[in-house]
Parts: sequence; C-alpha cells; structure tokens
Amino acid sequence: MSERATPVTQPDEQSTATDDSEASADTGHRPVTTGAEAVVRALENAGVEYAFGVQGGAIMPVYDALYDSDIRHVTMAHEQGASHAADAYGIVSGEPGVCLATSGPGATNLVTGLADADMDSDPMIALTGQVPTAFVGNDAFQETDTTGVTTPVTKNNTFSSDPDRVGSDVSEAFALAREGRPGPTLVDLPKDITNAETDREPDEPKTPDTYHVQERADEEIVEAAAERIENAERPVMLLGGGVIKGEASEACREFAIEHEIPVITTMPGTGAFPEDHELSLEGAGMHGTGYANMAITLCDTLIGVGTRFDDRLTGGIDSFAPDAEVIHVDIDPAEISKNIYADYPLVGDAATVVSQLADAVESSPQAKKWRAQCQQWKTEYPMDYETPEDEPLKPEFVVEAVDEATSDRAIVTTGVGQHQMWAWQYWTYTEPRTWVSSHGLGTMGYGLPAAIGARLAADDDQEVICFDGDGSFLMTIQGLSVAVRENMDITFVVLNNEYVGMVRQWQDAFFEGRHSASEYSWCPEFDKLAEAFGANGFRIDDYDEVADVIEAALEYDGPSVIDAHIDPHANVYPMVPSGGDNGQFALTEDQL
Amino acid sequence: MTGGLQGPRPEERPRPAGRRNSQGFRIDPEVEATHDPRRTVISALVKHEPGVLAEASGLFSRRQFNIESLTVGPTEDESQARITMVVEEPDPGIDQIKKQLRKLIPVISVRELASDAMCRELALVKVTADDPAAVAAVADMYDAKTVDSSPETATFEITGARQKIEAAIETFSQFGIREVSRTGTTALARGTDVTGEPLTATESATEHPPEGYTADDD
Repeated sequence: MSERATPVTQPDEQSTATDDSEASADTGHRPVTTGAEAVVRALENAGVEYAFGVQGGAIMPVYDALYDSDIRHVTMAHEQGASHAADAYGIVSGEPGVCLATSGPGATNLVTGLADADMDSDPMIALTGQVPTAFVGNDAFQETDTTGVTTPVTKNNTFSSDPDRVGSDVSEAFALAREGRPGPTLVDLPKDITNAETDREPDEPKTPDTYHVQERADEEIVEAAAERIENAERPVMLLGGGVIKGEASEACREFAIEHEIPVITTMPGTGAFPEDHELSLEGAGMHGTGYANMAITLCDTLIGVGTRFDDRLTGGIDSFAPDAEVIHVDIDPAEISKNIYADYPLVGDAATVVSQLADAVESSPQAKKWRAQCQQWKTEYPMDYETPEDEPLKPEFVVEAVDEATSDRAIVTTGVGQHQMWAWQYWTYTEPRTWVSSHGLGTMGYGLPAAIGARLAADDDQEVICFDGDGSFLMTIQGLSVAVRENMDITFVVLNNEYVGMVRQWQDAFFEGRHSASEYSWCPEFDKLAEAFGANGFRIDDYDEVADVIEAALEYDGPSVIDAHIDPHANVYPMVPSGGDNGQFALTEDQL
Repeated sequence: MTGGLQGPRPEERPRPAGRRNSQGFRIDPEVEATHDPRRTVISALVKHEPGVLAEASGLFSRRQFNIESLTVGPTEDESQARITMVVEEPDPGIDQIKKQLRKLIPVISVRELASDAMCRELALVKVTADDPAAVAAVADMYDAKTVDSSPETATFEITGARQKIEAAIETFSQFGIREVSRTGTTALARGTDVTGEPLTATESATEHPPEGYTADDD
C-alpha cells in the first residue's frame, strides 16, 4: 500500500538512551527539561508531523514547547475544526492525527470531533490543557471535567498527574489510538504538570498490559467458514471501514476476484474495492444502490469484514440478509453478534484473517448464476438521473463533472446530508483512503476542516475536493481562513439548495411537507464570502457553466469555493426508510 | 444520464424466504428464536485507579444495560479491585455487557460466574422494636446479628444470598421497617475455579452461558 500506511517510526528505532547529550545528538533534540517538553518529545518520537489546534491559557506550556519543535502546528479557527482536521488526517495517512486545545471551552469544543472519530474508529489523539492540579475540583476559571466529559466518546483517556509520567502518558495514548481497533484517545494536561521540571524522556509508544489484540482468527472456525464459502450459491463480500484501516483492501480485492464473489462496500468502506470493477455492487443500505440492496437481501453467504452492521446499512434487522449464514471478521470481539448473529465469528486483524481464509478456501463457490443475477440487477436498477432543460441544475451532474475532471486518487471530503449521499453515489471510488466523511456520528460541518487535514496528509498530486451543503458549510466556515492562510489547494463545492436538504426531503416524505426550520435561503453568497476570506469564489447556476468553472477552480493554486446553485427539490434515491427492508428500497417518494 | 432511477417496483421484486429476530438471529429451527432475560452475576477484575467505577457505570447507563446491583472493593492485590454486578438481560445483552466491559482499558478480566458461585450480600435493617421478644425471634430465624438498639428501634445485620435477605426483610416488615441499607452482591467462584480468569478474543466472541443456569437462580 502507500508509503504513509506504514508506521512513520518503528518503536525499536527510537532513542531511549538515558544519556541526554547522546539522545540529543541522535535525534537533534535538546534534552527534556519540563513536562511540556516531554509531551512534545513523545509526539516527535511517534513521528508526528502535523498538529491542529487553538491556543489558550492552560495549554500554553505545551505550545511553548512546540515553538522549538519541527512539528508543524496548524492554528485552526475553532477547536471543533482542529478535531475534524486531525480525524481526517488520520483517515488519509493511517497514522493518528493530533489536535490540541486548552481547558474548559477548548476541550468541550473538541467533543464533537472525538465522538465522530470514536463512532468511525479513526485514530486520533487529543491533548487538552487543564487548570493546575491544586485548582481541579474547585470550579476554577476554564475548568471542565474533561476526562469525565469525554469518557463515553473516546477509546481511552488519561488525566496526567505526574511530570515524570506525562510524556509516557502521551506515548501510550498514541499507541492505543493506533493499535487494534483504532479510535480517539485524550490526555488531559494540568498546567502545573506541563510546567513542572523533569528530565524524563517519554517511554516508547506501548499499549498497557491490560490491552490485548488478537491478530489471527481461530483456525477451526476459519476452516468451517472456508467450507461454507466453497459451498455458497449466492455469496457476497461486505467490506467495511475496518478493511481500509486494517490495510486489508488488497487482500480482499484478491480474494473476491480469485473466487469471483460480488462485493458490496459500507459507506466507511468506500474505496476498499474499486467501484469500476464488474464484481462491485457499490454501497448498500439506506441510500445504497438498488443492486447492492437486492444482493445483500438475497445472498446465502455474507462475508462481512471490518463492519459493525450499523442500522443505516442493515435497515430493519428482521429483513437483513435473512437467508444468509454470516461470516464476520472483526478485530473487536464486541462487534461479533452485536447486531447480526455471526454463524462464523472470526476475531482478528482483517488482512491476517482474509489471508487465512484465502489459504483455507480450496475451491471457488459455484455461483455463476448468482453473478449473472447481480449483473442483471445492475441493468435493472441503474444509478441514473435526468437533466431536463427546464429544471435547475442537478447535483449528480456536478459530482460527476468534478470526478471526470480529477484523477483517480483525488480525495473527497464531505459534510453530512444530501450532498454527502450524492458525492457517495455518483463519484466512482477506486482507491482506499480517498473517501473522507462523517458516517456514524453524521456531523454537519465535517467537510471543510476534514479537507484541511486531508490536504496535509495527501500527496501533492492528489486533488482534495470538499463537497458540502449550504447548511453544513456554514457550520464550520470559519476554517476557510485557515485554508487561505496556509494557501491550501482545496476545491470546495457547495451543492446549494437553500435548505438543510435531507431534513426537507424527510419533511416532504414523512411530515406532510411542513418545512419547519429547514429553509436556508438566508445563507450568505458563498462565492462572495470566499472572496472576503481571500479564497477564490465561483458561482454556478447552469449546466453550461459547470465544466469551465470546475476547471478554473481546480487550476487555481489555493482554496476555491464553487457555490453551485442546484435544484432545491432534488432528492436522494434509492432510499430505504429508517428500519425498513433493504430489498424494498424506494426509487421514488411514492414507493416509500 | 438518461431516464432517471428505474426498475421493478418493490412489490414486483423477489423476496427472501427467511427472517431474523430482533437480536439478529436467523429464525429457523436450529437457532433459538428469542431469549428471555435471566439474572446472572458478572465479576470484573480491574486496575485499582481513579475513574474505573465511573467508566464502568457510565457504560451501563449509556448502553442501557439492566444492572440490579454493583459492588466494588479491594482484592488480595492492592493494585487491583473487583467489581461484582448482578444483571438481568437476555443472553445477547449479557454477552454485550461482558464484551464491552472487556474493552475498557483498566479492565483486566471479566467473567460470568457459574450458577453455583458463592454469592453473598449484607443488609442493615432498622425495625420498630415495640415487641422486643417477637423481633428477637425473627432475628434468630435469619441468623441476624443485633448491631444497635434503642428504646424504640433495633437494627440487625443479615448476610446471605439475596433470597434470604429478601425473606428476612419481608418477615421483619410486620414490626414496621424504619430504614434498610443493602450492599448488593459480592461473589467468588467455587473451589480452584479462578474468578478472574481472562478469556481470549475468540472465547469472548463465542462464549456460551455457564452450565446450569436457569433464569432467576443465584
């Protein structure tokens, strides 16, 4: 896979010399003298290149130590943006993204980004300042119980209480964010601890001894699952986000192609399998393709890898793949049989277990008829849209036009809502780590800061495109100032329908068209606002402007914003209503 | 772009033969269709450090697990504490409690105890003692120890299994109960069986209830 996929540093290459002068000669670092320097050293040892954050009282010692570091700090306009930028950096690079904030409001502003990363299992570290230990518990200025607030939305968090341990606390948080099922970790740093004198270099990044990860699945269950695959008549592979995080895309690709098994991806698994391959059925679930939803409903063997069978994927449990024996590969035992009973529970690392399966499967399933059926569904339920001359611009057209104008490795980030679904449905994803979105938490406003994080993690020749909605874009628009200041080459495409469109669509379908608080005609003109920020602003109203504007925006070396005014009544279909039957997806509102 | 979304309408499409129940099991003769709640005891060995109890109890409320009692205390190893929980959930819920607890970083091991495990709780029962002789007779029946008495009241300590405590409280109620304070269940596995035995990830994913369990048995 890509270079970035391998850990930036190998722990055993880290200098752990106790002789400070020697350590500094090896690494070019000065010896640690304070807790804050130990924190920064832990990040440097872990190979951190970028950190996203906002200054503030209690985190000042850490920022002071960062001043002398080679780590590039990107000052964000809001801590929420810092958390999403770090999250996206983690998605694209595979290494934990780092965000910093001060105590109190700084820390609470990170909570949305932590919850987002937690739901999507994205590797990320948050470092928060805290009031001095002596003030903790006294309702001091800018004091919040940060570890208390963030416990339900982090993989783990730590209140650092010892200057000699503080660097190692950060190293451990780094290891925990990355190892096993990834997730966000947080270290709360009281100001007296970071200010305190210490010469203790941080330990190597290492998970605590209570943390166990099983790499290989049980051989007996692998054998049984392999036999089931060999005898399957209607097999489907379902690739989730764990496939990408576990660097298993290649192994899954080879397995599916070798045994000619149709492949469905979950939304976080987008890019795990090339959507232009004939075995690809693209995504299933609420706004998945008709053919994926037919196949997942009627399969007899479902090989789910790195997926947690989220309700947006399964629809109603009673009708989810009800004829299928389920082979479930996941690194987290708690996901096995949580939502869907696993007939073959395979706990382990996705790449390792898929290669175990590949070794165990001796003959391909006899599924020619099933594959033909899947192809027929592709013809029967094409992903298609109309572009009548007398109607406003259709959003799907804009998505396809940007896809055509960019390379296969272009990265797409999104906010949450209709635009996110169109960007998912009508862009052809062929590579892992090119789809960066907020899935489990569904955070409007994710796209803009995510594009900033993605830009820094991406290669220079990878375009970064942020599709956003008008409502979503407005939520974190202050981050545009960061993209301008850093002259980041990002193209923001606002699919502007002057509504929070997904809400408007549901109001039309389920609330008798009563548009309570969903009309957004009061939004600013985003092209002009972009100019005010110092970005390049464009506006599209008609089909004949689309190609030229996209070309100009992509050519511009810096952030551009395209305010694309689309049909305000455009809806996202196919659709499986919440809790509905995937196989009964609606193609139009009257089928709901 | 040609004709927009099209294809057979929902009612024209082939349908699967089977169904799943709300717990994600395929409903067929081989697999039990539904699970009734049962009461069981789960014992977790944890690092003795700040925040562990908050983390565990936060997990229960966040995931809506039905916890009847929860006790925590030190163990033979001063760096470790033991959390004992009595829960009432169907099998899949009990599985999730165990698995989610195991994911917490300060948790060392989690086990569901066998039905013959030693389970004890303690209650302090303060009753109106207008008739001291009758009160003393009831206390005697339940091996209750007198821990305090006043001209109006008597307070007893009762230890034992949950049913015994409940029976005692019910019998004492004839005198008028002023206050009750109960500890919740603490428990250990019998004989050489180790209460804190850790499980592998596969064992955790495929665990079956311990032998001999019937609903409401402790």
